[in-house]
Amino acid sequence: MILNNDTTTRGAAVTDPNQTRHETGITATVDHRVDVENLNIYYSDFLAVEGVTMTIEPQSITALIGPSGCGKSTFLRSLNRMHEVIDGARVEGTVRLGGHDLYGPGVDPVAVRRKVGMVFQRPNPFPTMSIYDNVIAGQRLNAGRMRKSESDVIVERALRGANLWEEVKDRLDKPGSGLSGGQQQRLCIARATAVEPDVLLMDEPCSALDPISTLAIEQLMLELKENYTIVIVTHNMQQAARVSDRTGFFNIEGTGKPGRLIEIDDTTKIFSTPAEQATQDYVTGRFG
Amino acid sequence: MSATMTTRPDRNPGADVDELVRPRISRALHTSIITASVLVALAVNALLGDVKWGWVVMLAAPVYLVAIRVAARLIEDRRQATDRTVTAIVTMSFLLVMMPLISVFWTVISEGAARLDGTFLSGTMRLTPEELMSQRDGAAVGGAYHAMMGTLIITGLAAAIAVPLGLFTAIYLVEYGRGKLARAITTMVDVMTGIPSIVAGLFAYALFIIVFGPGSRTGVAGGVALSVLMTPVVVRSAEEMLKLVPNELREASYALGVPKWKTIVKVVLPTAIAGILTGITLAIARVIGETAPLLVAAGLAQDTNYNPFDGRMTSLPVFTYYQYVQPGVPTEAGVQRAWAAALMLVIIVAVLFTLARVLARVLRPKGLQ
Amino acid sequence: MTLITTQTTSPRRLGDKVFLGLSRGAGIMILIILAGVAAFLAIEGRAGIFGDTEEMSGSDSFLEYVGPLVFGTVYAATIALLFAAPLAVAVALYITHYAPRRLATTLGYVVDLLAAIPSVVFGIWGITVLAPLLTGNVYPWLNDNLDFIPFFSGVLSTSGRSMLTAGLVLAAMILPIITAISREVFMQTPRLHEEASLALGATKWEMIRQAVIPYGRSGIISGAMLGLGRALGETMAVAIILSPSDGYFWSVLTNQNSNTIASNVALEFPEAYGLDVNRLIGTGLVLFAITFIVNAFARRIANAGFSGADG
Repeated sequence: MILNNDTTTRGAAVTDPNQTRHETGITATVDHRVDVENLNIYYSDFLAVEGVTMTIEPQSITALIGPSGCGKSTFLRSLNRMHEVIDGARVEGTVRLGGHDLYGPGVDPVAVRRKVGMVFQRPNPFPTMSIYDNVIAGQRLNAGRMRKSESDVIVERALRGANLWEEVKDRLDKPGSGLSGGQQQRLCIARATAVEPDVLLMDEPCSALDPISTLAIEQLMLELKENYTIVIVTHNMQQAARVSDRTGFFNIEGTGKPGRLIEIDDTTKIFSTPAEQATQDYVTGRFG
Repeated sequence: MSATMTTRPDRNPGADVDELVRPRISRALHTSIITASVLVALAVNALLGDVKWGWVVMLAAPVYLVAIRVAARLIEDRRQATDRTVTAIVTMSFLLVMMPLISVFWTVISEGAARLDGTFLSGTMRLTPEELMSQRDGAAVGGAYHAMMGTLIITGLAAAIAVPLGLFTAIYLVEYGRGKLARAITTMVDVMTGIPSIVAGLFAYALFIIVFGPGSRTGVAGGVALSVLMTPVVVRSAEEMLKLVPNELREASYALGVPKWKTIVKVVLPTAIAGILTGITLAIARVIGETAPLLVAAGLAQDTNYNPFDGRMTSLPVFTYYQYVQPGVPTEAGVQRAWAAALMLVIIVAVLFTLARVLARVLRPKGLQ
Repeated sequence: MTLITTQTTSPRRLGDKVFLGLSRGAGIMILIILAGVAAFLAIEGRAGIFGDTEEMSGSDSFLEYVGPLVFGTVYAATIALLFAAPLAVAVALYITHYAPRRLATTLGYVVDLLAAIPSVVFGIWGITVLAPLLTGNVYPWLNDNLDFIPFFSGVLSTSGRSMLTAGLVLAAMILPIITAISREVFMQTPRLHEEASLALGATKWEMIRQAVIPYGRSGIISGAMLGLGRALGETMAVAIILSPSDGYFWSVLTNQNSNTIASNVALEFPEAYGLDVNRLIGTGLVLFAITFIVNAFARRIANAGFSGADG
């Protein structure tokens, strides 16, 4: 493992916001790979998702598709331990990030979330904060006091990375809630990437947006994939086909039954010649 | 681990790179820190003099705060330390606030139960000379029957005014009013919520000077005073309940050709009735303990007065007040009666409160909110 | 069939006319009552404010009479708010975010019950339990060690019937109001914002600081103002606990205290006659004005917007 913990921390030495992480010479290695093994997700006694095993390759986009209620969002949230905000939620099985079990003994969920970021279905910038403060919000928690020059670099880098810099650079101190829906979602993406997580989870990020904004975000995802491992839950199969490298199909037998991962494979294969009949039925629109 | 993760400035450079697994203060350790704080406080107390439990607790709290912050800083990290400190402060605040509440209940129950007997419930303060003599010897005489009747009558009058007035105002604001009048009314209801209770009493007194002349205290004046305090509460809660009724219900009724007033009476009100009843109960609970306005408007009498239009009428809170500040001879007699009356008041309020909650849950129509 | 959603045309049926009249009448009645309160207080109070002070007990002008009372009213209420507001917010946070979920509703109910306890009960409790407790344990230390501060100077009251005791009891009485409003506001914080904060890796306190408190700031302030309004108008607790004297007194530990307007009325009214009564009513008018202003301010803040709700 290459340890470069002196030159690339925070914005201190990265003075050129146009440099991506890739260019600064950090090789993303197997460190960002996510391995899920036999994951069961429970809400108290209710088994919501059963027996998921999958590997998510680094610097790729994995899409999770399936009908409503089949557990894809629940599964996604288990990857950054966000499902635990609901009382009584727990898991069995392992989720490894770069070889480290996120559910291992002594692992702090708060620490997990700093490594695995999330963008939500509805854009949720902090309404009382300016655009600038929104982007730097996560970094402020981590690093405490920063010099303005440092935070300026981080903000610009994150906004550029989210394709939002040109549109907001003159009004960074305006409230985040004043932007359009698509811009707000890109702001949330900037906020999530500002802390430089290893993995970025996106829970139906475009479902509340208009088609033009959706396109913008999809383009953004393809750029982000160079530096992040992205997992996206989507209801929109065409979207999955457009952006993802691999696709996983979740399904549920009936209400009250747990959701299961039916099949996961390269996107082209899933949409043309999937192995399972259920997958074939879903992608051809026979149900869902 | 990926070196592009931001390093946190307060961690040693050569430390374990796996930042996911962090040392945490275990539950056992936490309990021992709490115990240690208490013991330290105990020790300090013992050294300085005698051990008063109040002081032990007061000292243990800051000791714990410091201890947990230091421990978290050493074992966990700065952010966890802050989080634990805040949790400690918030929890301690809650416990601190519970203390007077528990103390009030405890005191009222323990002091008041002694005198909550039959004589108290059936007698008045019109005492014969023999009774006064026996009181000096320690007998328990006198009661609050007249006060209970007074409270019943006065609160009944207040409700009789406030409920229809408040309900119809709420109906106007929700079902009819748009424009200046409605805005003015809603602002004035807000103003009414803020009227100090003694001011309401003074108003009622001043109002009834016209009818009964200066210096008069009557039950009806007390009722009017309380209604001024009760009406805004009824308006606000009824308004909220009426707003919760979905518009689709009203439209369905209009579409059937039902006139507006009948829609309100037969569709809207029954749907909202649970909440409205709850609001009324809470409004009654709020005014039933009011002393100041009744002191001023209804006064104190020694005997039962069933006529709200003639003469002073005692109410429970006023009775409580006077029994405490003018207890007579011996003072314990009056003080005991005051506590008993206070206990009655607390019981009544608690019952009303619980009733309101039960009503809200039981009568709530399914599918609403 | 036409769907009638609102009746913007004048009602034609008798039933509708009557009902509308009743409702509107009730609303107008509210306006009349409020006007009446101000009017009657003014009418009866006028004689007390501008009348011949020779005929009243004590020969102070109205201003000299009501001045110390206004001072005492504001002083006691300020002490109450100082103690109640931070504690109330902390308790509200505890109930909404820290307490075990199953307990939360019960705890809320218990705190609300505090609000319903009659003030006379609080008063008697204050003087029989709290005053001796503080006089035995806290006040002597303050008086001995901190008496260079004007608030703690003077001759210590042996009964505890001081401004500080009254202020603390008032704090206990207004705390539930502020807590109730704060609780409601905290619970209304959109889950989405809380989750945004958590997803960034925030601890519980950091989430509260980032998402909950900014959203609820105006609600908290408005709640505090309402609590202040209640404290200004509170009568019985002060009447029972405070040992009043004539004049302006800053020390909170002694037996000499400025009385509050409401408590003064409660103490003087039963025995008052003639123009003294009018004068008391005049002070009531002053109190009405003060609480009116405070509550108007609270309304302004509440309406100016929930800081999180715009945009």
